[in-house]
Amino acid sequence: MTGTYSGVPRWLLAVAVVGALFLVVPLGAIVLRVDWARFGELVSSDSSRAALLLSLQTSATSTVLCVLFGVPMAFALARTRFRGQRVLRALVLLPLVLPPVVGGIALLYTFGRQGLLGESLRVVGVDIAFSTAAVVLAQTFVALPFLVLSLEGALRTAGTRFETVAATLGARPTTVLRRVSLPLVGPGIVSGAVLSFARALGEFGATLTFAGSLQGVTRTLPLEIYLQRETDPDAAVALSLVLVAVAVLVVAVAHRIHEGSTQ
Amino acid sequence: MSLRCSARIETRNFDVRFSLSAGETVAVMGPNGAGKSTLLGVLAGLLRPDSGSAALDGRTLYDDDAWLAPHVRGIALLAQDALLFPHLSVLENVAFGPRSAGVPRSAARQAALRWLREVDADDLAQRRPANLSGGQAQRVAVARALAAEPALLLLDEPLAALDISMAPLLRRTLRRVLAGRSAIIVTHDIVDALLLADRVVIIDGGRIVEEGPTRSVLERPRSSFAAGLAGVNLLTGATIPGGLLTPSGIQLAALQDQDFPPGEEAAAVFSPRAVSVHRLRPTGSPRNVLPVTITDLEQHGARTTVRAGHLSAEITTASAAELDLLPGAEVYFSVKSAEVSIYLR
Repeated sequence: MTGTYSGVPRWLLAVAVVGALFLVVPLGAIVLRVDWARFGELVSSDSSRAALLLSLQTSATSTVLCVLFGVPMAFALARTRFRGQRVLRALVLLPLVLPPVVGGIALLYTFGRQGLLGESLRVVGVDIAFSTAAVVLAQTFVALPFLVLSLEGALRTAGTRFETVAATLGARPTTVLRRVSLPLVGPGIVSGAVLSFARALGEFGATLTFAGSLQGVTRTLPLEIYLQRETDPDAAVALSLVLVAVAVLVVAVAHRIHEGSTQ
Repeated sequence: MSLRCSARIETRNFDVRFSLSAGETVAVMGPNGAGKSTLLGVLAGLLRPDSGSAALDGRTLYDDDAWLAPHVRGIALLAQDALLFPHLSVLENVAFGPRSAGVPRSAARQAALRWLREVDADDLAQRRPANLSGGQAQRVAVARALAAEPALLLLDEPLAALDISMAPLLRRTLRRVLAGRSAIIVTHDIVDALLLADRVVIIDGGRIVEEGPTRSVLERPRSSFAAGLAGVNLLTGATIPGGLLTPSGIQLAALQDQDFPPGEEAAAVFSPRAVSVHRLRPTGSPRNVLPVTITDLEQHGARTTVRAGHLSAEITTASAAELDLLPGAEVYFSVKSAEVSIYLR
């Protein structure tokens, strides 16, 4: 509250409250439904622990992949110009709006046993579909655009003036990247990575389609929740709360980074 | 450290041929959008011209086949904004050039401190750029550019973003560090050109329209831009016996030491203070009477500048009031021929 006149009509605020309730109330509903007496037991069962561990491992791995490939992609999109760049950007960002199950199908027909690359991979002894690697690929597929999009924005905001100065001071392009560009957009990379991690953690459709649901191998937390809902709704609710907690943590971290970078 | 370059950029209507001798500082002046920054961009390697070539100390910067990237040219660029790297300390900023050249960390810091001392900013070494004033930041930026030990230093209006009170201090520093250094300084300020540069180059419409030693360009301007800088009236045309005839038919009589052959391209220059203003066509000794329409009046205390297009007269504010001068009024400017100088172009 700063005490300055805002000029926002009251009816607008009323509609905003309805929208906010729509987002917040369901979260409260989960909390209310949690069987707190059995909470510890439910989230620490073998299948739950396996799913949580698998989710954290695969999401962390796909986040690393997102940074490794997403940072160069963002630089290529923000700092260079080439023919077909707009089309390429649209294609790269497509997984953002694509239904994840469609992404899973696409991956299946690329890396699956009868897929575009799958057969060649099988010849060299690599079988990806329905393995933990498939989970990582599915998560990377849906999460990568988040990192590219947020970092490309950060790069465009930062502009090229510092990079130009660095070059005229005698710094090679790699030195400029390491000592100027990356530090300047560091917060953008971290917040992009956090977003990617969150997206990977929540991945369901593409994982189920491309990787299946094998306990300890491909059954991540969202898949486990979906399965438990049929047999033990209380366990599903408890695990959902765990994911909500992780999401809250992610949002808090991303927010802090954003605050820090805009100071 | 000599530079020669030529560059043509079709889309910017830019076509310039330029050279700089060792240790010379040149001021580049001209109206906005004339191509001054384009020249710096071409030299720094940020813009690739359509054609032309450039060599610094006999080393080709670019020609029709070759192109050197900015980081291997040895040309540092100092812009209007200091553009210090915000994530590095002042010392690390200045050490950036030496570090990029492969100098070990501690030696680079030593060099950085030396350059900071050179610009009287060594007490700022441990600060972050965010905690510097505009003048301090620009001072550090000068040290950073010099620490890269460039063969040529480009300065793009280095004082323009500073407070009027801060500019003289940094100008003095620049004057000291630019002495004997090959540098090109783009500026709008005539004082910069006078104090910092040996020579001035006027660019207008993507072409060099005038160049020469700073003093002589200001004293005998040949382009309308240079004349505006020096605060003098300038008319161009062809010589006629005893004076000059402009393309619009104005005849100016001048008292000449020597007779120029008629029909030569020439410029006539006279000071606004030599011009008197009349409501009615004057009769008397002044041989030059120009009917004009007033476009603007500027009052500076007891003096008022009366502008009529490219021409101006400086009269006392009292007489301006007496004559009831207003923009749009049709008046006569008169100037004695003894006050008009004619130069061949």
